[in-house]
Amino acid sequence: MSIDKSQVKKVAKLSRISLDDKNLDSLSNDLALILKFVEQLNKLDTNNVKPLNSIVDKSLEPRKDQVNDGKIKEEILKNSPDKNEDFFIVPKVVE
Amino acid sequence: MVGKLMQKDKFNYFIKTEKNNWEVIIGLEVHAQVVSESKLFSGSSTKFGGKPNTQVSLVDSAFPGMLPVINEYCIEQAVKTGLGLNAKINLDSIFDRKNYFYADLPAGYQISQYKNPIVGEGEINLDMPYGSKKIGIERLHLEQDAGKSIHDLSPDNTYVDLNRSGVALMEIVSKPDLRSPEEVNSYVKKLRSIMRYLNTCDGNMQEGSLRADVNVSVRKKGETKFGTRCEIKNVNSIKFMEMAIDSEAKRQVELLESGKSIDQETRLFDTKKKETRSMRSKEEAHDYRYFPDPDLLPLKINKSFVENLKKKLPELPDQKRDRYIKKFNLSPYEANVLVSEIDVSKFFEEVIKTADIKLAKNWIIVELFAVLNEKNIEIKDSPVTPKNLAILINQISSGNISGKIAKEVFDIMIKTGSSADKIIENKGLKQQSNPEEIKKIIKKVLDKNSEKVLEYKSGKVKLFGFFIGEVMKISAGKANPKLVNEILKTELKK
Amino acid sequence: MSDLNKSTLTQITNLIKTKKISSLEVTKFFIKNIEKAKKLNTFITTCFEKSLKDAKNFDIKKNYNGLLPGIPLAVKDLFCTKNIKTTAGSKILENFIPAYESSVTNNLWLEGAIILGKLNCDEFAMGSSNETSYFGNVINPIGKNLVPGGSSGGSAGALAANLTPATIGTDTGGSIRQPASFTGTVGLKPTYGLCSRWGIVAFASSLDQAGPMTKNVEDCALLLEAMSGYDPKDSTSINKKKEQYSKNLNENIKGLKIGIPKEYRIDNMPKEIDNIWNKGIDILKKSGATIVNISLPHTNYALPTYYIVAPAEASSNLARYDGVKYGYRSKKGKNLTEMYENTRGEGFGREVKRRVLIGTYVLSSGYYDAYYLKAQKVRKLIKNDFDESFKKIDAILTPSTPSSAFKFGEKTNDPISMYLNDIFTVPVNLAGIPAISIPGGVDNKGYPMGLQLIAKALDEQKILNIALTMEKAINFKNSINRWWEN
Repeated sequence: MSIDKSQVKKVAKLSRISLDDKNLDSLSNDLALILKFVEQLNKLDTNNVKPLNSIVDKSLEPRKDQVNDGKIKEEILKNSPDKNEDFFIVPKVVE
Repeated sequence: MVGKLMQKDKFNYFIKTEKNNWEVIIGLEVHAQVVSESKLFSGSSTKFGGKPNTQVSLVDSAFPGMLPVINEYCIEQAVKTGLGLNAKINLDSIFDRKNYFYADLPAGYQISQYKNPIVGEGEINLDMPYGSKKIGIERLHLEQDAGKSIHDLSPDNTYVDLNRSGVALMEIVSKPDLRSPEEVNSYVKKLRSIMRYLNTCDGNMQEGSLRADVNVSVRKKGETKFGTRCEIKNVNSIKFMEMAIDSEAKRQVELLESGKSIDQETRLFDTKKKETRSMRSKEEAHDYRYFPDPDLLPLKINKSFVENLKKKLPELPDQKRDRYIKKFNLSPYEANVLVSEIDVSKFFEEVIKTADIKLAKNWIIVELFAVLNEKNIEIKDSPVTPKNLAILINQISSGNISGKIAKEVFDIMIKTGSSADKIIENKGLKQQSNPEEIKKIIKKVLDKNSEKVLEYKSGKVKLFGFFIGEVMKISAGKANPKLVNEILKTELKK
Repeated sequence: MSDLNKSTLTQITNLIKTKKISSLEVTKFFIKNIEKAKKLNTFITTCFEKSLKDAKNFDIKKNYNGLLPGIPLAVKDLFCTKNIKTTAGSKILENFIPAYESSVTNNLWLEGAIILGKLNCDEFAMGSSNETSYFGNVINPIGKNLVPGGSSGGSAGALAANLTPATIGTDTGGSIRQPASFTGTVGLKPTYGLCSRWGIVAFASSLDQAGPMTKNVEDCALLLEAMSGYDPKDSTSINKKKEQYSKNLNENIKGLKIGIPKEYRIDNMPKEIDNIWNKGIDILKKSGATIVNISLPHTNYALPTYYIVAPAEASSNLARYDGVKYGYRSKKGKNLTEMYENTRGEGFGREVKRRVLIGTYVLSSGYYDAYYLKAQKVRKLIKNDFDESFKKIDAILTPSTPSSAFKFGEKTNDPISMYLNDIFTVPVNLAGIPAISIPGGVDNKGYPMGLQLIAKALDEQKILNIALTMEKAINFKNSINRWWEN
């Protein structure tokens, strides 16, 4: 499996990263190299191996159902590049 | 008992064309908001209707370095719901990330469960007019809700409110077992009813607590393979679900009959045009790149935790219905009406604590429901409380008022909310049950109509009703009909 | 007054505790050092006003109970710091000022430490030379044309140049240990879950771990003790009692079994590294430890595994940088999707783009099983290798890196040769176990090179003790002449 330019384009779209033609070319080369490198794993037979689900050997520790957060609208909105008193503002969503 | 009515073929829903009978196959993905104080992975409030962005934590708005911590009550709620759906509870489950970009999805992924949901297969029983039908449940999983994008506050911009972001949802996926809009109606109501009994989802569709993605496909009658399905996203009322299915099924039939094929796609229901339309172009096909959320560990539930919840499970609609039929001698129809909403059954059970069962069920199903429907209010907001209805019913049972007067009293109760006792007393509506007084009235009537008395005695017995009418008129309807009847008979024999 | 350029963190702590020096004096000393070291470009942000204010406050309150009383510290710019700009070395977070403090840095301040500023690092900690930072290269104090290693390059550089008495970094695949090795300092990557990840800009959640970077092992134990601890806000945090690493630090390693994995002897490795490694083995033998030859058969697969798992998680972790809630937003684009694409296209550097694209690819439909799932299976095998070994041995000794510090630009055009730098450090992150890098000696160019000690989960004390023993015997001295001050 190797990656071609059209696949890189698709992946860039999926990642929401704009790429001009120059970047697309050179990144396609890089990605092909990296994929070739990681494909070394194919040398290993892993049919009977269970994938690792978590590196910590314990179960999820839940918290109590208590309201102890929120009410920090200003903090939440403060860093936004575009906002008003109440909302984050983004360019129109086209469906 | 309901099974006897089964006439499956006759009642099945088909779209008939000149050429074919088309069967409609429907599966539902219901998104039900979990009843909880705080969100699935953060401590901010889930309350409906808060000011924009006031119920948002740093976790809900995906600030750098923020991490999710799961709410134990949401786990409990999902397990309870699973038990209510007779479903398998998975003691090991995994939270995954569903990756996509959208303005109201701050992290760029939604935490959901993909391959290992908390609840596995189960089923729901529907009581259709043609018999009972089991609908399979494929799975139930926990996931986060997204925020809200508001498109109509500005011509060039979309405004984003994250209050809902991170609220716990249960996605309940049915098997493709539903065959008509009516079945879907019944399924959603039943599901909602079960969750309300369990208090795991308030089922409030206006507030968006219950919404569904509807999968629709069609196939010719007799075929066993499923057709290509379309998914109608985010339908938020039962009525719209029915309309959407109807229009979508017809659209698919038209396409197929004109020799075209169906594209598997996501569609939206346009509530104004009452039809579905394609939502996204194909080249933007979603690839959610699910993978286990590395910020969370696998969720392990103890068997004893599940067993405990099972023990504490309340009586559910089906069990309650069976008990009503057996214990109160109700018809399956009556029992279903009384159990379908937990608030109705609570009301009923409160009334019959002190009042006659037969009268109670009739008054609730006929009189009270008529008023609630007319006023479009829920039974919990009824102007007549269960206690007051019981008082009214007891006035009837004890012979203090007639059924006719009772209806008058009931009308006043609806308008004023005051108790039956007071109304009867204030308006002097109590039944006249003193035989002497009644005898006096009867005598007056017979004296005034001596000719008719003669006619009666010579065989025109129909006039009995006339005499009763006159007596009731003079007593302003208050004379005890039973006594009037008895005394009149004796007087006419003299 | 003692020469603070020659003092360790522990020594300064004692000077302050015994009132031989005030926090303000120490703070002023380091601020002066920082101001004279602009050439090294180790800092992205300084906050001297706050530092001086905090130091004065400390001197008034005189609370010597903490582990780090009045100690000024600079931290990697991956830790969110309340009201102080936090960039993660990226343009996309250029102007981000968090309203919250990461749990780990908060632990430091609770122990009495004072913030000096935020240290340069590779963008989102993705890099092995600090050359991917949007804020420019960090120069290794060892030599003008040398990289300090990465991603905690600013931390290692500032420490080696004595711009901070100690520091903290994060280590996802070697980002603490490799720069420590390149700068002749000590760096420890703790057991996954020992230090809270809450408030640290995430790179790869299942691998990221914060850790101490110090001048010697004693300081390392002290700082680890200060920064670690259970945090209910991090679901992967280990719930256990805090260890007293510095109190329990000792040189008794008699009878310990140390494994030497044959797979770490790789082709084309400089001879000096072998020499340093052998010297380390000798020291251990002389100290009464037993050397055991072991095999970690899946070692060669660690890097390929890492370069699937880490980018996959990163592609998802970095999705939140979309120009909506904070950070950079491109002015270009007519609609939301175009705004996203331009913001991320302009806001992310090349290495971040590489990894996000690779990560997206290996998770995408049709490739998930072949790449991501496969990698998680191999990760299990790598973890099993360590688990099996630690049934027989107490710790493992390896070189920290396959080379000493390299020149700027030497590896920037070849991602694979850059990635190979992490060949000895990555397996530890995949297995979630602790490892420490200490200076082992210098190569023929005089550049420092590290030795790595690895233990099973939560055995930090053991490798600290072994490291302390080796440190004494090696007696490494960095020969830095503070050339940048001229």
